[in-house]
Amino acid sequence: MDARAAVRSPRASWIADPRRQILLLKIAVWIVGLGPVVWLGAGAYQGTLGANPVEKITHIEGRWTLVFLLATLAVTPIRRLTGWNRIIQLRRLLGLFAFFHACLHFLSYAGLDYFFALGLILDDVLERRYITAGFAALVLLVPLAITSTRGWIRRLGKRWQKLHRLAYVSAGLGVLHYYWKVRADTFWPLVAAVTLAALFAIRLAYRGKKKKTRKKGR
Amino acid sequence: MIIKIKKKSDIPSSEITPEDVYINRRKFLGASAGIGAAAFLGCGAADTDSDAADAESQDLEPTSWEDITTYNNFYEFGASDKEAPARRSHTLVTKPWTIKVDGLCAKPADYQLEDFIKPSTIEDRVYRFRCVEAWSMVIPWRGFPLADAIARAEPDPGAKYVAFETLWDPEQMPERRWKPRIGWPYREGLRLDEAMHPLALMVTGLHGRTLPNQNGAPLRLIVPWKYGFKSIKSIVRMTFTEDEPPTTWATQSPAEYGFYSNVNPNVNHPRWSQETERVVDSSRLFNRRIDTLFLNGYADEVAHLYEGMDLRKYF
Repeated sequence: MDARAAVRSPRASWIADPRRQILLLKIAVWIVGLGPVVWLGAGAYQGTLGANPVEKITHIEGRWTLVFLLATLAVTPIRRLTGWNRIIQLRRLLGLFAFFHACLHFLSYAGLDYFFALGLILDDVLERRYITAGFAALVLLVPLAITSTRGWIRRLGKRWQKLHRLAYVSAGLGVLHYYWKVRADTFWPLVAAVTLAALFAIRLAYRGKKKKTRKKGR
Repeated sequence: MIIKIKKKSDIPSSEITPEDVYINRRKFLGASAGIGAAAFLGCGAADTDSDAADAESQDLEPTSWEDITTYNNFYEFGASDKEAPARRSHTLVTKPWTIKVDGLCAKPADYQLEDFIKPSTIEDRVYRFRCVEAWSMVIPWRGFPLADAIARAEPDPGAKYVAFETLWDPEQMPERRWKPRIGWPYREGLRLDEAMHPLALMVTGLHGRTLPNQNGAPLRLIVPWKYGFKSIKSIVRMTFTEDEPPTTWATQSPAEYGFYSNVNPNVNHPRWSQETERVVDSSRLFNRRIDTLFLNGYADEVAHLYEGMDLRKYF
């Protein structure tokens, strides 16, 4: 590959380096990950977030949480489908941005909207099923964020993968939270649900395949 | 324009101050010099009733024109984005506009909008507006009592309810796809005694200006003690019925929305609390959350309509 790249123009060879590709993708993830926060911050400062700014912040942060959760869960399926193994290097960053936006989403609801009125928030968490689901989804992300470091990956060994399957549960609860919140327009919650189901199906399909090939190997 | 809400407004329409008397009100006041006259003109002393005083003490500062006209639920022009109706409702044709009055009444007719409005005196009234989604505004409406329009139709003694219908024209309304899965046209209804209550308003304007399309031009209902969705927009039909008419949200999701849909902090929506509400205000990042008032603060005026009714059952 390196030899072939050398024949091409210097520019092409620069981009052909897989490490650089990952670096560029990581920069892109950072830009997309911080973009909404910058946009919302500027909007809040300029007063362009509409009649109900808190609602807008909460909604946008919720949406980006789901986008990053689904993107995180798409890494393995993409890897399986394309055989591009290096993409795995993006997964932690995507997952941490999902957690980041989930925290902002919750803080916007608890802080900006309810001004940390713990009684009201507790009522919501216990009694409103959409908030129960959303809160559970957030809580499930906490151990995943904590154990995302190299040290924890090493320490947990095989158990790390098992633990991090909770990301699917969290995403499922997140989609349910979204679906239960809307009044009539279930279009986008359903898009999220179908995406999540498709990602899960691809994963299961490859798992089945792997088992079969293993058996043949024996 | 400074507008004060009338608290005890059980005034027969025949007693509403004629415009010329109103314009010469200083002379009129000077001549009569009575407390009654002052109260009649809406500038009297505060009510003594505790609930009314509670409601009064809440600062009824009107929400800005900008906020009222860019944050709307008008599903025919977009179901999930409250800013969509302001962007998309320019396709609504409000001229000419016909209102069909039919059902159990002596004078069913198709009215041109102008003829429907003309006989009534237009007034400005500042009302609290509470959405079922737990946000609220304070809106200076312009309109005339619904009771006027009903009286003109002369409902039969057998008429117990009045039903309303919003225009449904897929050519003018972009939300014609399957997406929101709502059975158009939008329908609403009131019990006749609720509809005859002087607080119930037929609205043609807000903030002293013509009603914008996204707020339900050219003619909408406002029932200030009920959740916003009862206040049907862009009305094309008014029907008198004997039986309780089907209404859109109660049909769509009967466990969550009832026919009455009175603002009630003691009866929560199955999915969220109705105890508090968020005051819509684009200038505040930290939104004000206030306690929701029983019957939206109009209990003194309208609670008698529901005497003996279990409002948990008839939500």
